Amino acid sequence: MSASMTTVALIGNPNSGKTALFNALTGSRQKVANYAGVTVERKAGAVRAPDGTPMTVLDLPGTYSLRARSPDEVITRDVVLGRRPEDVPDVLVVVADATNLRLVLRLALEIKAVGLPAVMALNMYDIAERQGLRIDLEGLSKAIGMPVVTTVATRKRGLDDLLVAVQGVLASTAARPSTWHEPDVAEIRAAHREASRILSAHVRPPERPDTLTGKIDSVLLHPVAGLLILLTLLFVMFQAVFSWAAPGMDAIDMGLGALGGWVAGIMPDGLLQSLIVDGLISGVGSVLVFLPQILVLFLFILLLEDFGYMARAAFLMDRIMGGAGLHGRAFIPLLSSFACAIPGVMSARVIDSKRDRLTTIMVAPLMTCSARIPVYTLIIAAFIPRETVWGWVELQGLVMFGLYAAGIISALVVSFVIRKIFWRGAFEPFMMELPAYKMPDPGSVALNLWQRARIFLERAGRIILPLMVVVWALSTFPGPPPGATGAAIDYSFAGMIGRALEPIFAPIGFNWQMVVALVPGMAAREVAVAALGTVYAVADAESAVGTLAGVLSLQWSLATGLAFLAWYVFAPQCVATLGVVKRETNSWMWMWVMVVYMFALAYLAAFVVYRLAVAFGLG
Amino acid sequence: MTEIIKLSRARRGQEGRIHAVEAIEDNPADALELERRLLEFGLVEGARVQMIHEGPVGRDPVVLNVEGMRIALRRHEVRGLSLQLDEADTAA
Repeated sequence: MSASMTTVALIGNPNSGKTALFNALTGSRQKVANYAGVTVERKAGAVRAPDGTPMTVLDLPGTYSLRARSPDEVITRDVVLGRRPEDVPDVLVVVADATNLRLVLRLALEIKAVGLPAVMALNMYDIAERQGLRIDLEGLSKAIGMPVVTTVATRKRGLDDLLVAVQGVLASTAARPSTWHEPDVAEIRAAHREASRILSAHVRPPERPDTLTGKIDSVLLHPVAGLLILLTLLFVMFQAVFSWAAPGMDAIDMGLGALGGWVAGIMPDGLLQSLIVDGLISGVGSVLVFLPQILVLFLFILLLEDFGYMARAAFLMDRIMGGAGLHGRAFIPLLSSFACAIPGVMSARVIDSKRDRLTTIMVAPLMTCSARIPVYTLIIAAFIPRETVWGWVELQGLVMFGLYAAGIISALVVSFVIRKIFWRGAFEPFMMELPAYKMPDPGSVALNLWQRARIFLERAGRIILPLMVVVWALSTFPGPPPGATGAAIDYSFAGMIGRALEPIFAPIGFNWQMVVALVPGMAAREVAVAALGTVYAVADAESAVGTLAGVLSLQWSLATGLAFLAWYVFAPQCVATLGVVKRETNSWMWMWVMVVYMFALAYLAAFVVYRLAVAFGLG
Repeated sequence: MTEIIKLSRARRGQEGRIHAVEAIEDNPADALELERRLLEFGLVEGARVQMIHEGPVGRDPVVLNVEGMRIALRRHEVRGLSLQLDEADTAA
């Protein structure tokens, strides 16, 4: 980014369509990274004005005030005030939801004190028009002292006008030194009076106000129906993760199987062929196959978020989660953690309070992330019969639901304990705005889904691929001595490590192959599946016994399978998550607290499950 | 004469204008922060407010319609706010 290029920062209330406007302006020419030193997402993109001038656009986290209360809002404030050298904006665009102007007008008055040239984008203007809302654009512009442009981000309307206005205000207005300071309560009251005055002078209330949101809310926020709908939604989501993703998974599975067969056919037998077929293709393939499930899960989360349901879910859950010492807003990070604990831990930033945030971070990895799905699916396929119970519920899906429930319940219990031990009686506000319901924009959902898929694939490529090679090498070298009678892996490094650690895991029913899989599984949970695949495929390379699940159902007892599931509900088998926790809490102490408590729970849970199962004769 | 009640005691459907805003917290710093947040969400003296939803457990949190915006908050966060009920509500 050259210093001479104009940088435009988008600032606005949450749910003002700011990100939609950013997507409309930059399309796919955007980079998502993190701000240096913190993990707030930094979204920057390139755009060209109608006359061809290139500009950089920044999408800042939504806020109601420059008086920052959360790490997200700190970034917004610091960028707006020019305190972050990587992003010094030349122009501020105040993005306003045209149908909901009151709070953003107060923000705009605050922005004016910053002294930078500014433009207001009245976004979602089509909805305002449909509601018969009359806005005196000229009067409004005069009252707030900045040009006002109308936009419809989802239909890419008004974008050129906005860019021309940005250039115009940049050419005609010189930046003044900032006079901004944190407003005190008297100033906030005064600013509200001013905003109300502007609103009543220049905006005529809608002739046909949005009644749809109210009607939907009367169902979705209904004390009984609302909760039932929320639970149903979660249940459907998990069933869908299984059934919708199946065709895609089969296709990937078959494609990679064919690829492996083809490579095995054209390459001579030997180490290199073994590395590519057993190590790379089957290793990465056993992880890649879960991409469809991850996409289905993210599709649900993105749609619910765009629809405006997430805040409602937080409302419905607040008291229930509050009983466990969690903030209702923790619902969103915890729900994201179902996809992956990393975005979950990171999105805990929406919680203003440090204590509530820390509690949420500590329990986020207990939510069943998508990396556990490969492990759960494998063990369920091996040990749980494919049956239907009560006429319509798949037994395998039901067990999966139970594992998810175990994660949720343990998260609630752990957060309750954290609250009791570390901080008592601390109060943090819940307050949040419930946005109007909106039809999700297919384009932006697709863009987000693609970004998620790319993050997953990059992870698979960068972390899992090298690990698969390491696992393959550990389980291949050294080769068996001449005249050896056992399987090749018995003599390898992996076998040695597994046997060395076996006594520790014997009380919970794990055999040494499982221990071998746990070691690389520390890097990422799903690697354990690939590692098991490698361990057993290498060990049984000659006999070619069907799928891995088939192998496991023969090799493990049911008690061992269940203990392995219990282990995976709790074990902190993901170095990346631990790294993010360290970064987000800015403390090694909290990271180690997490490691210790999760391993302790994992061992305990697996022990209890194994011993119970053995006692019931399933050993 | 219209009736003034604590906003935290309001029931679904009741509406009126905010009479006074005061944040009550044990810690004075918390109280000041809470007051600023309430004000930032438009809960200022004179604002028209209606309670439109009550949470499923213990009727908490609640959703208020504040001058056309839907704000979700917990009852104890608004225990320092008083609501001047409209005539019809007072009669009922």
